[in-house]
Amino acid sequence: MSEEKIREVLESVAPLLVDGSPHAVALGLKIDQLEPDCIIMHAPYSPDLVGDPETGILHGGVVTALLDHACGLAAFAGLGAQDTPATLDLRIDYMRPAQPGLDVIAEASTVRAHGLVVFVRATAHDGDRDDPVAIAQAAFMVTKASQAATERAKKAFGQGETT
Amino acid sequence: MSETLLQTLLNTPYVSKFGVSFDYRGDELTGLLPYKENLVGNPLIPALHGGAVGAFLEITASASLIVSQPLDRLPKVIDVAIDYLRPARAADVYARAQVARSGRRVANVRVEAWQGRRGAPVATLHGHFMITPASEKTR
Repeated sequence: MSEEKIREVLESVAPLLVDGSPHAVALGLKIDQLEPDCIIMHAPYSPDLVGDPETGILHGGVVTALLDHACGLAAFAGLGAQDTPATLDLRIDYMRPAQPGLDVIAEASTVRAHGLVVFVRATAHDGDRDDPVAIAQAAFMVTKASQAATERAKKAFGQGETT
Repeated sequence: MSETLLQTLLNTPYVSKFGVSFDYRGDELTGLLPYKENLVGNPLIPALHGGAVGAFLEITASASLIVSQPLDRLPKVIDVAIDYLRPARAADVYARAQVARSGRRVANVRVEAWQGRRGAPVATLHGHFMITPASEKTR
Protein backbone atom coordinates (compact mmCIF):
# COMPACT_ATOMS: atom_id res chain seq x y z
CA MET A 1 0.00 0.00 0.00
CA SER A 2 1.38 3.40 -0.96
CA GLU A 3 2.19 6.00 1.63
CA GLU A 4 -0.44 8.25 0.05
CA LYS A 5 -3.10 5.57 0.51
CA ILE A 6 -2.06 4.97 4.13
CA ARG A 7 -2.29 8.71 4.77
CA GLU A 8 -5.78 8.72 3.25
CA VAL A 9 -6.97 5.88 5.47
CA LEU A 10 -5.40 7.50 8.54
CA GLU A 11 -7.18 10.76 7.78
CA SER A 12 -10.51 9.02 7.25
CA VAL A 13 -10.34 7.23 10.62
CA ALA A 14 -8.61 10.10 12.48
CA PRO A 15 -11.68 11.24 14.43
CA LEU A 16 -12.10 7.73 15.83
CA LEU A 17 -8.53 7.25 16.94
CA VAL A 18 -8.97 9.37 20.04
CA ASP A 19 -12.69 10.08 20.36
CA GLY A 20 -13.40 6.36 19.93
CA SER A 21 -11.36 5.61 23.04
CA PRO A 22 -13.08 6.67 26.29
CA HIS A 23 -9.84 6.59 28.30
CA ALA A 24 -8.05 8.80 25.77
CA VAL A 25 -11.00 11.19 25.99
CA ALA A 26 -10.87 11.14 29.81
CA LEU A 27 -7.22 12.20 29.66
CA GLY A 28 -7.97 14.81 26.98
CA LEU A 29 -5.45 13.34 24.50
CA LYS A 30 -5.22 15.16 21.17
CA ILE A 31 -3.64 14.23 17.84
CA ASP A 32 -1.30 16.85 16.36
CA GLN A 33 0.16 14.94 13.44
CA LEU A 34 -0.91 11.78 11.71
CA GLU A 35 1.75 10.78 9.23
CA PRO A 36 2.51 7.16 8.30
CA ASP A 37 6.04 7.53 9.67
CA CYS A 38 5.39 9.81 12.65
CA ILE A 39 2.49 10.26 15.03
CA ILE A 40 2.44 13.29 17.32
CA MET A 41 -0.05 13.60 20.17
CA HIS A 42 -0.30 15.58 23.35
CA ALA A 43 -1.87 15.36 26.79
CA PRO A 44 -2.98 18.80 27.95
CA TYR A 45 -1.90 19.75 31.46
CA SER A 46 -4.80 19.36 33.82
CA PRO A 47 -4.92 19.76 37.63
CA ASP A 48 -7.08 16.64 37.97
CA LEU A 49 -4.31 14.48 36.44
CA VAL A 50 -1.65 15.52 38.94
CA GLY A 51 0.31 12.75 40.64
CA ASP A 52 2.12 14.80 43.27
CA PRO A 53 0.01 17.57 44.83
CA GLU A 54 3.10 19.16 46.43
CA THR A 55 4.72 19.87 43.07
CA GLY A 56 1.74 19.81 40.70
CA ILE A 57 3.54 17.35 38.43
CA LEU A 58 1.37 15.20 36.16
CA HIS A 59 1.03 11.56 37.21
CA GLY A 60 3.35 9.15 35.40
CA GLY A 61 0.22 7.26 34.35
CA VAL A 62 -0.74 10.11 32.03
CA VAL A 63 2.62 9.80 30.29
CA THR A 64 2.22 6.00 30.18
CA ALA A 65 -1.23 6.23 28.58
CA LEU A 66 -0.13 8.96 26.15
CA LEU A 67 2.90 6.91 25.06
CA ASP A 68 0.84 3.71 24.79
CA HIS A 69 -1.74 5.48 22.65
CA ALA A 70 0.80 7.21 20.40
CA CYS A 71 2.76 3.97 19.97
CA GLY A 72 -0.46 2.10 19.17
CA LEU A 73 -1.30 4.61 16.42
CA ALA A 74 2.25 4.41 15.05
CA ALA A 75 1.95 0.61 14.97
CA PHE A 76 -1.43 0.89 13.24
CA ALA A 77 0.14 3.22 10.64
CA GLY A 78 3.15 0.89 10.37
CA LEU A 79 0.83 -1.94 9.37
CA GLY A 80 -0.54 0.18 6.53
CA ALA A 81 -3.55 1.29 8.61
CA GLN A 82 -5.05 -2.16 8.04
CA ASP A 83 -4.91 -3.75 11.46
CA THR A 84 -5.13 -2.38 14.98
CA PRO A 85 -2.53 -4.48 16.79
CA ALA A 86 -2.47 -5.35 20.48
CA THR A 87 0.36 -4.14 22.75
CA LEU A 88 2.77 -6.94 23.63
CA ASP A 89 4.97 -4.84 25.84
CA LEU A 90 5.80 -1.25 26.63
CA ARG A 91 9.06 -0.15 28.23
CA ILE A 92 9.38 3.39 29.52
CA ASP A 93 12.35 5.29 30.96
CA TYR A 94 11.21 8.34 32.89
CA MET A 95 14.08 10.81 32.45
CA ARG A 96 12.60 13.68 34.42
CA PRO A 97 9.20 14.92 35.62
CA ALA A 98 7.15 16.97 33.14
CA GLN A 99 7.05 20.63 34.12
CA PRO A 100 3.85 21.57 35.94
CA GLY A 101 1.54 23.57 33.71
CA LEU A 102 2.98 22.29 30.45
CA ASP A 103 1.34 19.85 28.04
CA VAL A 104 3.15 16.58 27.44
CA ILE A 105 3.83 15.80 23.79
CA ALA A 106 4.56 12.32 22.44
CA GLU A 107 6.18 11.54 19.10
CA ALA A 108 6.02 7.93 17.99
CA SER A 109 7.33 6.16 14.94
CA THR A 110 7.55 2.62 13.71
CA VAL A 111 11.06 1.22 13.70
CA ARG A 112 10.10 -1.91 11.83
CA ALA A 113 6.89 -3.65 10.83
CA HIS A 114 7.30 -7.20 9.71
CA GLY A 115 4.49 -9.68 9.26
CA LEU A 116 2.33 -9.52 12.36
CA VAL A 117 4.83 -7.76 14.62
CA VAL A 118 5.62 -4.05 14.81
CA PHE A 119 8.37 -2.35 16.82
CA VAL A 120 7.78 1.25 17.83
CA ARG A 121 9.87 3.95 19.48
CA ALA A 122 8.52 7.08 21.13
CA THR A 123 9.67 10.19 22.97
CA ALA A 124 7.64 12.29 25.37
CA HIS A 125 8.67 15.89 26.07
CA ASP A 126 7.14 19.15 27.22
CA GLY A 127 8.26 21.46 24.45
CA ASP A 128 11.86 20.61 23.66
CA ARG A 129 12.22 17.21 22.05
CA ASP A 130 15.94 17.18 22.88
CA ASP A 131 15.10 17.30 26.58
CA PRO A 132 12.75 14.32 26.90
CA VAL A 133 10.46 13.57 29.82
CA ALA A 134 10.34 9.90 28.88
CA ILE A 135 11.48 7.51 26.20
CA ALA A 136 9.51 4.42 25.26
CA GLN A 137 9.92 1.31 23.22
CA ALA A 138 7.03 -0.98 22.46
CA ALA A 139 6.18 -4.10 20.51
CA PHE A 140 2.78 -4.75 19.01
CA MET A 141 1.24 -7.76 17.37
CA VAL A 142 -1.80 -8.50 15.27
CA THR A 143 -3.75 -11.06 17.30
CA LYS A 144 -7.05 -12.83 16.65
CA ALA A 145 -8.76 -10.54 19.16
CA SER A 146 -7.31 -7.41 17.56
CA GLN A 147 -8.26 -8.63 14.07
CA ALA A 148 -11.82 -9.30 15.19
CA ALA A 149 -11.99 -5.79 16.69
CA THR A 150 -10.67 -4.27 13.45
CA GLU A 151 -13.36 -6.12 11.48
CA ARG A 152 -16.03 -4.83 13.85
CA ALA A 153 -14.63 -1.31 13.53
CA LYS A 154 -14.72 -1.49 9.75
CA LYS A 155 -18.32 -2.69 9.81
CA ALA A 156 -19.42 -0.19 12.43
CA PHE A 157 -17.87 2.81 10.76
CA GLY A 158 -18.13 1.81 7.11
CA GLN A 159 -14.38 1.76 6.60
CA GLY A 160 -14.53 -1.56 4.77
CA GLU A 161 -14.59 0.02 1.31
CA THR A 162 -11.61 2.29 1.90
CA THR A 163 -9.21 -0.59 2.24
CA MET B 1 4.60 1.88 56.80
CA SER B 2 3.25 5.37 56.61
CA GLU B 3 -0.54 5.73 56.85
CA THR B 4 -0.36 9.37 55.85
CA LEU B 5 1.77 8.70 52.78
CA LEU B 6 -0.64 5.99 51.62
CA GLN B 7 -3.46 8.49 52.12
CA THR B 8 -1.47 11.11 50.18
CA LEU B 9 -1.16 8.63 47.32
CA LEU B 10 -4.91 7.89 47.40
CA ASN B 11 -5.68 11.61 47.46
CA THR B 12 -3.57 12.54 44.46
CA PRO B 13 -5.95 13.84 41.79
CA TYR B 14 -4.99 11.20 39.21
CA VAL B 15 -5.38 8.25 41.60
CA SER B 16 -8.72 9.44 42.97
CA LYS B 17 -10.05 10.33 39.49
CA PHE B 18 -9.90 6.68 38.50
CA GLY B 19 -11.14 5.44 41.89
CA VAL B 20 -8.13 3.25 42.76
CA SER B 21 -8.30 1.78 46.27
CA PHE B 22 -6.16 -0.59 48.35
CA ASP B 23 -7.00 -3.53 50.54
CA TYR B 24 -4.20 -3.95 53.05
CA ARG B 25 -4.33 -7.15 55.14
CA GLY B 26 -1.51 -8.64 57.12
CA ASP B 27 1.52 -7.68 55.12
CA GLU B 28 -0.16 -7.95 51.75
CA LEU B 29 -1.58 -5.10 49.77
CA THR B 30 -4.04 -5.56 46.91
CA GLY B 31 -4.85 -2.71 44.56
CA LEU B 32 -8.33 -2.39 43.08
CA LEU B 33 -9.15 -0.53 39.89
CA PRO B 34 -12.94 -0.53 39.74
CA TYR B 35 -14.37 -0.74 36.23
CA LYS B 36 -15.53 2.55 34.79
CA GLU B 37 -16.36 3.38 31.20
CA ASN B 38 -13.60 6.02 31.11
CA LEU B 39 -10.96 3.27 31.44
CA VAL B 40 -11.89 1.66 28.14
CA GLY B 41 -9.29 1.99 25.40
CA ASN B 42 -11.03 0.13 22.61
CA PRO B 43 -14.81 -0.12 22.97
CA LEU B 44 -15.07 -2.65 20.13
CA ILE B 45 -13.28 -5.48 21.94
CA PRO B 46 -14.09 -4.03 24.56
CA ALA B 47 -10.78 -3.75 26.37
CA LEU B 48 -9.36 -1.41 28.99
CA HIS B 49 -6.72 1.06 27.80
CA GLY B 50 -3.18 -0.30 28.10
CA GLY B 51 -2.15 3.01 29.63
CA ALA B 52 -4.84 2.76 32.31
CA VAL B 53 -3.71 -0.74 33.25
CA GLY B 54 -0.06 0.35 33.20
CA ALA B 55 -0.77 3.35 35.42
CA PHE B 56 -2.69 1.14 37.86
CA LEU B 57 0.29 -1.23 38.07
CA GLU B 58 2.57 1.76 38.79
CA ILE B 59 0.24 3.01 41.52
CA THR B 60 0.08 -0.43 43.16
CA ALA B 61 3.89 -0.61 43.05
CA SER B 62 4.10 2.76 44.84
CA ALA B 63 1.57 1.69 47.45
CA SER B 64 3.44 -1.55 48.12
CA LEU B 65 6.67 0.37 48.65
CA ILE B 66 4.91 2.71 51.07
CA VAL B 67 3.50 -0.12 53.20
CA SER B 68 6.73 -2.12 53.15
CA GLN B 69 8.84 0.54 54.92
CA PRO B 70 8.71 4.07 56.35
CA LEU B 71 9.28 6.60 53.59
CA ASP B 72 9.46 10.39 53.67
CA ARG B 73 8.09 10.97 50.20
CA LEU B 74 6.09 9.26 47.49
CA PRO B 75 8.28 6.92 45.41
CA LYS B 76 9.32 8.28 42.02
CA VAL B 77 9.26 6.02 39.01
CA ILE B 78 12.57 5.59 37.15
CA ASP B 79 11.58 3.00 34.58
CA VAL B 80 8.93 0.40 33.91
CA ALA B 81 8.52 -2.55 31.59
CA ILE B 82 4.93 -3.61 31.12
CA ASP B 83 3.94 -6.90 29.49
CA TYR B 84 0.40 -7.19 28.25
CA LEU B 85 -0.59 -10.84 28.50
CA ARG B 86 -4.30 -10.75 27.73
CA PRO B 87 -6.80 -8.08 26.76
CA ALA B 88 -8.14 -6.54 29.98
CA ARG B 89 -11.90 -6.92 29.77
CA ALA B 90 -14.43 -4.28 30.81
CA ALA B 91 -14.33 -5.38 34.45
CA ASP B 92 -12.55 -4.63 37.74
CA VAL B 93 -8.79 -5.16 37.84
CA TYR B 94 -6.74 -6.29 40.86
CA ALA B 95 -3.00 -6.08 41.38
CA ARG B 96 -0.40 -7.23 43.86
CA ALA B 97 3.23 -6.23 44.00
CA GLN B 98 6.37 -7.85 45.25
CA VAL B 99 9.27 -5.68 46.30
CA ALA B 100 12.17 -7.65 44.87
CA ARG B 101 14.79 -5.40 46.41
CA SER B 102 14.66 -2.19 48.34
CA GLY B 103 17.87 -0.30 48.97
CA ARG B 104 18.52 3.14 50.41
CA ARG B 105 17.69 4.98 47.21
CA VAL B 106 16.21 2.60 44.71
CA ALA B 107 13.69 -0.21 44.85
CA ASN B 108 12.98 -2.94 42.34
CA VAL B 109 9.33 -4.00 42.16
CA ARG B 110 7.30 -6.58 40.24
CA VAL B 111 3.54 -6.24 39.94
CA GLU B 112 0.91 -8.56 38.52
CA ALA B 113 -2.62 -7.55 37.52
CA TRP B 114 -5.52 -9.91 37.04
CA GLN B 115 -9.28 -9.88 36.62
CA GLY B 116 -11.37 -13.02 37.04
CA ARG B 117 -8.64 -15.48 37.92
CA ARG B 118 -5.41 -14.75 39.72
CA GLY B 119 -3.73 -17.48 37.70
CA ALA B 120 -4.55 -15.70 34.44
CA PRO B 121 -2.84 -12.31 34.76
CA VAL B 122 -3.74 -9.60 32.24
CA ALA B 123 -0.51 -7.64 32.64
CA THR B 124 2.72 -7.54 34.61
CA LEU B 125 5.04 -4.67 35.43
CA HIS B 126 8.66 -4.69 36.41
CA GLY B 127 10.15 -1.37 37.42
CA HIS B 128 12.59 0.72 39.41
CA PHE B 129 11.52 3.45 41.80
CA MET B 130 13.49 6.16 43.56
CA ILE B 131 12.69 6.09 47.27
CA THR B 132 13.52 8.27 50.28
CA PRO B 133 13.49 6.05 53.38
CA ALA B 134 12.48 7.96 56.51
CA SER B 135 15.48 8.98 58.61
CA GLU B 136 15.70 7.51 62.14
CA LYS B 137 14.47 10.79 63.66
CA THR B 138 11.31 11.04 61.64
CA ARG B 139 10.26 7.41 62.19
